[in-house]
Amino acid sequence: MARAPHRLLGIGVACALASGPAAGSGLKDLYFGEALYHAYQGQYFEALERLDTELAQYHGLDEPGLDTLHYHINGAEFSVGDFELNYRMHRRAGRAIKAVLEGNVDEAVRNEAAFRLARIHFQKDQLEDAQHALGRIQGKVPEAIQDDVEFLRANIYLATGRPSDAVEVLRKLQAAEDLKGFAAYNLGIALLQDGQAMEAIEQLDKAGQIKTGDQANLAVRDKSNLVLGTILFESADFGRAEQSLDRVRLEGPFSNQALLRAGWAEASAEHYDRALVPWNILVEREPTDAAVQEAMLAVPNAYAKLNVHGRAALMYGRALESYTSQIERVDASINSIREGQFLTALVREEIRQDKDWVIRLRSLPDAPETYYLMELMASHDFQTALQNYLDLEDLRSKLVSWQTSFDAFDDIIRLRGQNYEPLLPEVDAQFRDLDAQMRLRLEQRKNLNERLHAMLTAPRPDYLATADERICGERLARIEKQLEGVDSPEALALRERAAHVKGALTWRLQTEYHERLTAAHVHLNELNAHVDALNAQYEAFVRTRQAATHSYVGYDVQIGRLRERVDGALQRLGIVMARQGHMIETVAINQLKARRERLVDQQTQARYAVADSYDRAARLQSGGEGR
Amino acid sequence: MPLIIRNIALGFLLWLCSAPGWAENSDRQQMKGLDEQVQEIKSDVLGIAAELGQLEEKLLYPSGTQVAVFVALAQGDPMRLDAVRIQIDGQLVAHYIYSFKELDALRKGGVQRIYVGNVPTGDHQLDVLVDGKLEGGADYSRTEKFTFNKGVQPKLVGLTLAGPNSGRAPIEIGNW
Repeated sequence: MARAPHRLLGIGVACALASGPAAGSGLKDLYFGEALYHAYQGQYFEALERLDTELAQYHGLDEPGLDTLHYHINGAEFSVGDFELNYRMHRRAGRAIKAVLEGNVDEAVRNEAAFRLARIHFQKDQLEDAQHALGRIQGKVPEAIQDDVEFLRANIYLATGRPSDAVEVLRKLQAAEDLKGFAAYNLGIALLQDGQAMEAIEQLDKAGQIKTGDQANLAVRDKSNLVLGTILFESADFGRAEQSLDRVRLEGPFSNQALLRAGWAEASAEHYDRALVPWNILVEREPTDAAVQEAMLAVPNAYAKLNVHGRAALMYGRALESYTSQIERVDASINSIREGQFLTALVREEIRQDKDWVIRLRSLPDAPETYYLMELMASHDFQTALQNYLDLEDLRSKLVSWQTSFDAFDDIIRLRGQNYEPLLPEVDAQFRDLDAQMRLRLEQRKNLNERLHAMLTAPRPDYLATADERICGERLARIEKQLEGVDSPEALALRERAAHVKGALTWRLQTEYHERLTAAHVHLNELNAHVDALNAQYEAFVRTRQAATHSYVGYDVQIGRLRERVDGALQRLGIVMARQGHMIETVAINQLKARRERLVDQQTQARYAVADSYDRAARLQSGGEGR
Repeated sequence: MPLIIRNIALGFLLWLCSAPGWAENSDRQQMKGLDEQVQEIKSDVLGIAAELGQLEEKLLYPSGTQVAVFVALAQGDPMRLDAVRIQIDGQLVAHYIYSFKELDALRKGGVQRIYVGNVPTGDHQLDVLVDGKLEGGADYSRTEKFTFNKGVQPKLVGLTLAGPNSGRAPIEIGNW
């Protein structure tokens, strides 16, 4: 109980400081952008699923600097912590932010990480850790979070019983526009805790007159006035209490309390007629509200004090009726919760899509009267429990749908196997033939290339002879061989002619050598394009062939393991969900029982008071008749 | 008097701040224990989701044929995006109508993966149709045609959409 105030302040901090991940301009990594897209819609599971995968891939790379996520890595590491925090995974969020804190990052980034870590610890009531994390902030603090850091520091001081330190910090924050209402109110509370009562009253008075149009600041302003009004009322300064309570908006969340207390302030000063003004407004409001129920007794009490006993008796009678019917509603609500209707209603999708879902729950058949649970449902602990229950329900739906996915995967794999298995042996045989032919041709091309390269340094004109020239050369060689040792004049003439032709052939080969060598290179290069196309086709075939196998082979173990993981997770989830549900039901029932006790007490008071009022009215009447 | 004021006020604050129904320490402890267990389950399920996502991608969209189309809005563009229609090689592959939340997420800088599928390697035709409303409430519709080349790696196509007053091309394609 001693730590209760900082819980309220903590919610303020969370609201004031909650900052979404910034996409920034020039997004380079589409999957990071996709994670942000989910996060901006509050789909933190999907955001985390995407970003976890991206970060795991990034950290697994040999050269992460070449990956597109590299441009956003600091933002991504921060965002993952933010998403985890929003998905109520505080332990992992803390670890993620610690990793940034201990990484090789610049001062501003480290300080922001330290701030976020401190905020997580603060929200989880780990005040020493929060203070330690704040202590790590040194040097340059990003301008955008400077006020937030100091506001958090002040709240930690308040929560750890160091109000004078908190006062010092909060005084400097009074000009911070974003924290206007919160800083002013918290300074009032800090002064109060520090024993500076008069200054606290002055400060709360200021906080209660802040000019703002923002809903959160308006609510804080109302609260400042309500607290101030109560302090002044309890110290018997009824006039100022009344002024302060009058500043609370009639349509705000604190208006019922303010009306009730304004009435009491007047009644305490024995201005019963004036007390009836706020109370009469209040009794016409939602009859399930505790302040309204209290006013139902207070109004006839004021009439009685004004000696209007007849009216008082009627009003007590009305209150008695109301209490009786409210007790019935509470009993019905308790039964409804016991029958499981509350949890069933909570997980209904159409209810959760509605921002006024708490109100809409009331309209469902057999659902409990949620108005009695509003105060409870607005509490941080209940919200955490409820959100956990809803998260578990979402996870359960996901796991169940995944179970059916496995069956679909099995079907796909089976059908692919049936399709490919008869085809592949024949395809493979054909491919082996083509592969052998292709290798032979590629080898030939390689030899030609080597020869041509060698001819650049050691010319070999004979290598570039055409087929006709080669045949001609061979014929000349055969003729020369046949003419060897023959000395006839015909033979001499023939030898001379052969030498002449051979000379002409050699002349042509020598003079056309460079031209032919260039042409040979051109032709070889032309062949390169065909070889490249062939290689590309070859590789495409190999990939397709591999893809065909990969499309149905090697999944059994992974699918089997995933099936087991899903089944195991569903089992564990079922147990925790049942416990969480039971916890919610128990707390809701306890809350309703407490309200029921109060109602029974009020019913008893009304019952006695109605009789008493009738007696007094009767006595007054008979006294009047007697006179 | 000030001391009385302080005690009263603190008492009131404690009353104001206390969470009804959770006063019992045992409840709080039990709640904390459950919260830890819920966090563990979330962690487990996220792990399963990651592995399942990879399996699904390998099985349904192998990298050799995978193509993914993403949609983003130009920063600060006031156009209200209503719908996007995507055709690849003349086939309608995605027709998406945006909710307020989705549009808001896009405006804040989020990127939507509107389509993931398979195409063979080579050149492909991409037709994009955007429907929306301009600031003054006038209807806005734009169609663009692009060509993209699918290689061996997964193909990521990013589309950035902008209204007519942004000074940018209405539909820009980026390759990743």
